[in-house]
Amino acid sequence: MQEIRNYTMNFGPQHPAAHGVLRLIMEMDGETIIRADPHVGLLHRGTEKLAESKPFNQSIGYMDRLDYVSMMCNEHAYVKAIENLLGIEAPERAQYIRTMFDEITRILNHLMWIGSNALDLGAMAVFLYAFREREELMDVYEAVSGARMHATYYRPGGVYRDLPAQMSQYRESPWHKGNDLKRINSWREGSMLDYLEAFTADFPSKVDEYEDLLTNNRIWKQRTVGIGVISPELAQQWGMTGVMLRGSGVAWDLRKKQPYAKYAEMDFDIPVGVGGDCYDRYLCRVEEMRQSNRIIQQCVKWLKANPGPVMVENFKVAPPSRVEMKEDMEAMIHHFKLFTEGYCVPAGETYAAVEAPKGEFGCYLVSDGANKPFRVHLRAPGFAHLSSMDTIVRGHMLADVVAMIGTYDLVFGEVDR
Amino acid sequence: MSDTPATSLAERLAARFGDTLTISTQRNEITAELAAADLIAVATALRDEPGFRFSELVDLCGVDYLGYGQTEWETNTAGGDGFSRGVEGQAMGRFDWAGRPRGNDEPRRFASVVHLLSIEHNRRLRLRVFCADDSMPVVPSLILVWPGVNWFEREAFDLYGIIYDGHPDLRRILTDYGFVGHPFRKDFPLIGNVEVRYDPEQKRVIYEPVSIEPRVLVPRTIRNDADLMQAKAEAADDWQRN
Repeated sequence: MQEIRNYTMNFGPQHPAAHGVLRLIMEMDGETIIRADPHVGLLHRGTEKLAESKPFNQSIGYMDRLDYVSMMCNEHAYVKAIENLLGIEAPERAQYIRTMFDEITRILNHLMWIGSNALDLGAMAVFLYAFREREELMDVYEAVSGARMHATYYRPGGVYRDLPAQMSQYRESPWHKGNDLKRINSWREGSMLDYLEAFTADFPSKVDEYEDLLTNNRIWKQRTVGIGVISPELAQQWGMTGVMLRGSGVAWDLRKKQPYAKYAEMDFDIPVGVGGDCYDRYLCRVEEMRQSNRIIQQCVKWLKANPGPVMVENFKVAPPSRVEMKEDMEAMIHHFKLFTEGYCVPAGETYAAVEAPKGEFGCYLVSDGANKPFRVHLRAPGFAHLSSMDTIVRGHMLADVVAMIGTYDLVFGEVDR
Repeated sequence: MSDTPATSLAERLAARFGDTLTISTQRNEITAELAAADLIAVATALRDEPGFRFSELVDLCGVDYLGYGQTEWETNTAGGDGFSRGVEGQAMGRFDWAGRPRGNDEPRRFASVVHLLSIEHNRRLRLRVFCADDSMPVVPSLILVWPGVNWFEREAFDLYGIIYDGHPDLRRILTDYGFVGHPFRKDFPLIGNVEVRYDPEQKRVIYEPVSIEPRVLVPRTIRNDADLMQAKAEAADDWQRN
């Protein structure tokens, strides 16, 4: 009789399906997992400690780099926490812009997720399809902030600047010319909002394309149906939020339950799963893309009709205009003080949470009245989700771990912080 | 969220737990402070009793209150030799590992802060537990109440050195294998302690003491205008619409 022993397997941190830098130590019995021990922290940059050493506004850029595929949602939580403590409120137009960009971010995130998750499970084509639309939305990020990913666009008291009146266009080059150039510029004749209008009219058909590739795909269903089943009780015990919770049938969405920005005025639905397996979560995320598209359409409509300020008129928090600075001594002093020392935030503590694409992204902010935060803690959804890995994958096959990592929608920028 | 349910939750907490909890409501957020000894009993009641049903532990983190309210730059008053220069003070950006402040154990330095969420009642609650002994901060682990607290407690242990009594697997989680110290403590230098580089002679990555100089670009300041804004914010009381 041959002696059979369990063996330990090391997965990552350089594995393509590890979504970055996950190191997973697994105890295996053949192909069955007995125990999984994720090692995280390989991307730990001490964001929270760094934020304690800088004036409030200088840390907004760090938030983009946490969950680097849902940039503006992270900014939103941080900015909202500061606004809570300062007791200021962004102008209405800025709140619509935030709502719109939160949803653009959600689509960006879910496109990244659908592409990489399908790639992990062996469907190469979806990745290429998803990145086609991602590129179009990144152009919107670029148009509004100058950066394709790390925007630093939200500021306490509003957003950095108003939406551009002209969408940038491709210039003629050896690669783009003639009819080809006309085609790629056809959406870009007008403003950024016109561009988004064209995008949102077209996007549902693109979601249909992803669904054609996956929803009834036999291999896809074999890899996801009944895999990683999470009961509603288990999801709550493990602090799960977002799609991980909704996929198990709990109708919980901060946009509906604790509305922030302009979500109370939006008409949208929350998809909820039934079985709590990877396939249900896939369906939820696909439907969320369609719902986000609806929200963007409503925001575009409102923003087109209602011009106005996008930043509070409080020079302690927001810089004065260039023109004012050239004529008004006080405005110049305000500008200088704001960009050197920053502003002091009243002593107190607050927890501000937003419904980020991955779940509840929260910012716990403690201020002692200084121009720098005393303590910033960032509650990353992925951190809570990944901690349940051991409980969920026990008894699954090795290949299902990959499906599970995919369905957690992990990004190590936020898990490791 | 309207104002009344939050108030009524505070009242219900006060009625149920009495002197066990010190409750304060700020900006419609309820904070309950309690002694470490009561934590498990209170947490279990908060999870199970139908009036509370805090089924989810959303977040747990450590806080180091060392130097709370201290500034590096005194701007409100001038002494006999004029205003202070903003280059003094002992914040974490100003010292290195060798010169780190030692032995200044403030009373009630470390706290473990928990954020709870009740999905059924759509309510949030913040619990704060201060550690009794700052040279050996110990707090009971909540792992038997909410298993999801596992990694959050590991993180607070790693970054602040708070020991969670009863945690089955209290290893470091975010810092490197073999890391020394608890980096988020206020007496841990911002520049850290060691740096790594590849040594071509030994043909491996080696650790060395940091070679960079600690420096602070913007000094910590507390100005009075913050108090004015706070008064205005409390008067306006419409922060919650955002």
